[in-house]
Amino acid sequence: MKILLAPFRNTTGMARWLLVSGLALVALFVVMAVFAPWLAPYGFAQNSVDGVKFEKLVPPGPGHPFGTNDLFYDVLSRVIWGSQTALVVVLLSVVLSALIGVPLGLLSGYVGGRTDRVLVLIMDALYAFPSLLLAIVFGFLLKSVLPSGVVAAALSLTVIYIPQYFRVVRNTAVSAREATYVEAARALGASNSTIMRRYLFSNVIQSVPVIGTLNAADAISTLAALGFLGLGIQPQEAAEWGFDLSRAMDDAASGIWWTGLFPGIAIVLLVTGLTLVGEGLNETVNPTLRKRRFSAVVLPPAAVPSGSATGSTTGAEGAAS
Amino acid sequence: MSRGSLPRYILARIGLMIPMMLVLLTLVFLLLRVAPGDPITAAVGGKLDPVVIEARRESLGLNRPLIVQYLEYLWQVARFDFGQTISDNRPIIEIIRDNGGATLTLTIGAFLIALGIGIPLGLVAGRARDSVRDVVIRLFGVVTYAAPIFFVGLMMQMFVARPLGFPTSGIANPRTQFTVATKPITHILLIDAALQGNTQALGDILLHHVLPCLTLGLLICGVFIRLVRVNLLQTLQADYVEAARARGIHESRVVRKHAFRNALVPVVTVIGLQAAMLLGGAVLTEKTFNWPGLGTQLVHYISARDYIGVQGLVTFFAVIVVMISLVVDVINALIDPRVRYS
Amino acid sequence: MTAPVVDATDLRIWYGTPRGPVRAVDGVSFSVGRGEILGLVGESGCGKSTLGRGLLGLLPEGAKMDGHLGFKGEDLLAMTPKERFQRRGRDLAMIFQEPLTRLNPLMRISEHFVETLRTHHPKMSAAEIENRSLEVLRLIGIPPSRWKSYPHEFSGGMRQRLMIALALVLRPAFVVADEPTTALDVLVEAQIIKILHDLRENFDTSLLLITHNLGIIAEACDRVAVMYAGKIVEIGDARTVFADPKHPYTRELLRSTITLATDGLHSIPGAPPDLVAPPTGCHFHPRCPDAMEVCRLREPAIRARGGGPVMVGSNDVACWAATPEGLTAGETAPLVREELSVADEA
Repeated sequence: MKILLAPFRNTTGMARWLLVSGLALVALFVVMAVFAPWLAPYGFAQNSVDGVKFEKLVPPGPGHPFGTNDLFYDVLSRVIWGSQTALVVVLLSVVLSALIGVPLGLLSGYVGGRTDRVLVLIMDALYAFPSLLLAIVFGFLLKSVLPSGVVAAALSLTVIYIPQYFRVVRNTAVSAREATYVEAARALGASNSTIMRRYLFSNVIQSVPVIGTLNAADAISTLAALGFLGLGIQPQEAAEWGFDLSRAMDDAASGIWWTGLFPGIAIVLLVTGLTLVGEGLNETVNPTLRKRRFSAVVLPPAAVPSGSATGSTTGAEGAAS
Repeated sequence: MSRGSLPRYILARIGLMIPMMLVLLTLVFLLLRVAPGDPITAAVGGKLDPVVIEARRESLGLNRPLIVQYLEYLWQVARFDFGQTISDNRPIIEIIRDNGGATLTLTIGAFLIALGIGIPLGLVAGRARDSVRDVVIRLFGVVTYAAPIFFVGLMMQMFVARPLGFPTSGIANPRTQFTVATKPITHILLIDAALQGNTQALGDILLHHVLPCLTLGLLICGVFIRLVRVNLLQTLQADYVEAARARGIHESRVVRKHAFRNALVPVVTVIGLQAAMLLGGAVLTEKTFNWPGLGTQLVHYISARDYIGVQGLVTFFAVIVVMISLVVDVINALIDPRVRYS
Repeated sequence: MTAPVVDATDLRIWYGTPRGPVRAVDGVSFSVGRGEILGLVGESGCGKSTLGRGLLGLLPEGAKMDGHLGFKGEDLLAMTPKERFQRRGRDLAMIFQEPLTRLNPLMRISEHFVETLRTHHPKMSAAEIENRSLEVLRLIGIPPSRWKSYPHEFSGGMRQRLMIALALVLRPAFVVADEPTTALDVLVEAQIIKILHDLRENFDTSLLLITHNLGIIAEACDRVAVMYAGKIVEIGDARTVFADPKHPYTRELLRSTITLATDGLHSIPGAPPDLVAPPTGCHFHPRCPDAMEVCRLREPAIRARGGGPVMVGSNDVACWAATPEGLTAGETAPLVREELSVADEA
């Protein structure tokens, strides 16, 4: 519990505001995602109600607060359902990458030697490669293989983030073997399990949420990009903001703004929220970023010690007051 | 201490590049081979007779053992031969030649804009920590990264392009295309127009560059803002900055010559990482603005399910990324004398 | 006796923290004459570094300073910030503790000197700048062949010499050296201390040498001020103070020093006090072997060390036990105190 509250207590002023606003934004989308069936006026692939088909490309107005798009879908519903898609896919991929990356990192760190070197090389190469291109390649492959677009998208994203968990955990594991503060702990008699628990575990615990949040932000972006390129999720399977935006590109020329604006803003808000949370956590975790501030102080009038001379001279005794 | 260790440093970095390149190439190769289904059928299946398809498979060497194909692939890459597309039989090196220039000018333009916006903003933010200015700039950096390129592009097209008259599609209007593109010298449209002395075409091409470069540049600038700001915060607290103040050097000069300059040095290292981000973003930008670069080609071959085409282009991207990383390391060694000795 | 170069009276430097104001320097008086070396010694956290920085005006934002700080007769604290700034570097200079990080790694040594001299003498020609700098470097022991080198090409000791040269090239009248040799090994330390000691011959500067090392004080200083918890408890001629320390803290410090004759380790029980809420009366009373009842109640009067007229800031001691004249019998009774709880031990 203390760990959870630490970000609030350790940040002050602006940093805390940013963290709070980030959390508020994320919370908004989580609520939308969880309560989509109740919040959204229509289904994500619903193009008619009571047998009456919606009109195409209707501007925002009564009945359709965000308008309709060229597939006869209600934009507001697509936006709300889209948050469910986004969160499900991203949660899946971030959790999977952590589940793969963390143990691999531990293994690599402790075992060392050739295994470590090879793994580090592979992970570094993956990390250096443009993440979007990697996702594109995987998306390209998995699309023909997997029936579920959602799972395919999630798996495409997973690969990109594995290296980050791997690196952090591996470095922590290596330092657990070699760091001077660990040596000092050992010299004081700390057992291996204590070392693992206090240094390794707590270091990892602190950095994984930061990485996870920032990865989630990136994942939402990448998912939308995949959708935009047509490698994502089909509109009948689920609502996905990137796909909706790709269709909105043609609308722009005709002055139709609502099909693109709302999904786009949704992406911006969610990614911003996640990034703010991630950065806020980072400032908490990384003490070097915190600023040591002194507040202004008012000096009370100087108290005169009894029996002393006032004023300084290098000669005669000062007059007693 | 020897001062000539720069060549040695370069050799060492090249040595490190090779394993990384190998890993990437192997990855690309394996990925596109382990996918089930048959590259040829996927690309042209249903259009051609099965016998013809089988013959094509033979000619492309797809029936040979995997290891043989792998080695041949590596050998080809070493000779800068990236293969030939299945769906339309084009040598990929030709595609690179014809479309690489557009991607190059787009990414360089975006990069310059990102630097031009990001660095000054980062310096301003770092200098006035936790002030309103600082927060606004940081938020700006976050939001520009959060906004997907195609969304920003869409907004640009709707609200900026039409009122201000910037073109939103392609790299040049048809007339320019005709006059310049038909007589290629460097295959980079922008440079060709300049070399031909065709100022009208040059202007037209530059105009077309504005929105795409701005869009992509905004995406990247957030990274520079954050980096410069953090570096500046650290350098402002540095010991040598305090020592300079103690010598009576004016604060403005201390900030400029000691803090700013030292804060910017690490930016060079990050540039290498941004190359990866730029390439990814370029693909999206090209699709958004109908830009005739390699990204558009990649998307085209993806929808055509052309494995060789995708493989060739992705391989090329991987090679580029590694090269840029090497160049950046060398530049870094040139700038910061301490790096050579480590 | 000529007028002092620096004289401070009741100097206070406080800064605000969430827990309350920290009284880093709480009523300090001292004076430094021309060409004189005053050593300032005390444990970590006693306020000596803050005092050093305060003299130069290098305090962090939020710190407040008051009292009287005279430099060549002018009151620095009564000046405008701009006027104070003008004197920084040119008349008052500082030599810092960690030489390894005090030079800009991207700038050559020549550039450091050029920048420093140009700031204070904008009209000086490039040739003159170089001549003057090389002259100072020669005196400090750096050959002219290193003029264009980068900082990382020098060892720690050399970099400290560079710092000293850089501070002295402007010929300031007063230099504060804040633990200049703490980060250096013993042999190099000896060289640096010798350079500082000889400053007055070549440069006619006065020096405030801040350190926690009593050996350096004995080696190089004319006078010494002993500081504890933000106050100067004893000040006077170095040899006399060390031979005949009047304040219990000074005595304890001397006894804690390890020499070849040491056969048992001696330490002062307890830990330095919290500067937000220091002990009442004499700040040292919880740890003082000679503490009396009055020590807990009232801050000690500043009296002359050897009897005679008080010369505050130049030769005095602040201790009831050392100067009990005028105290009642009840006040001079030994202090009754509770056992130091385990938590109080460092």
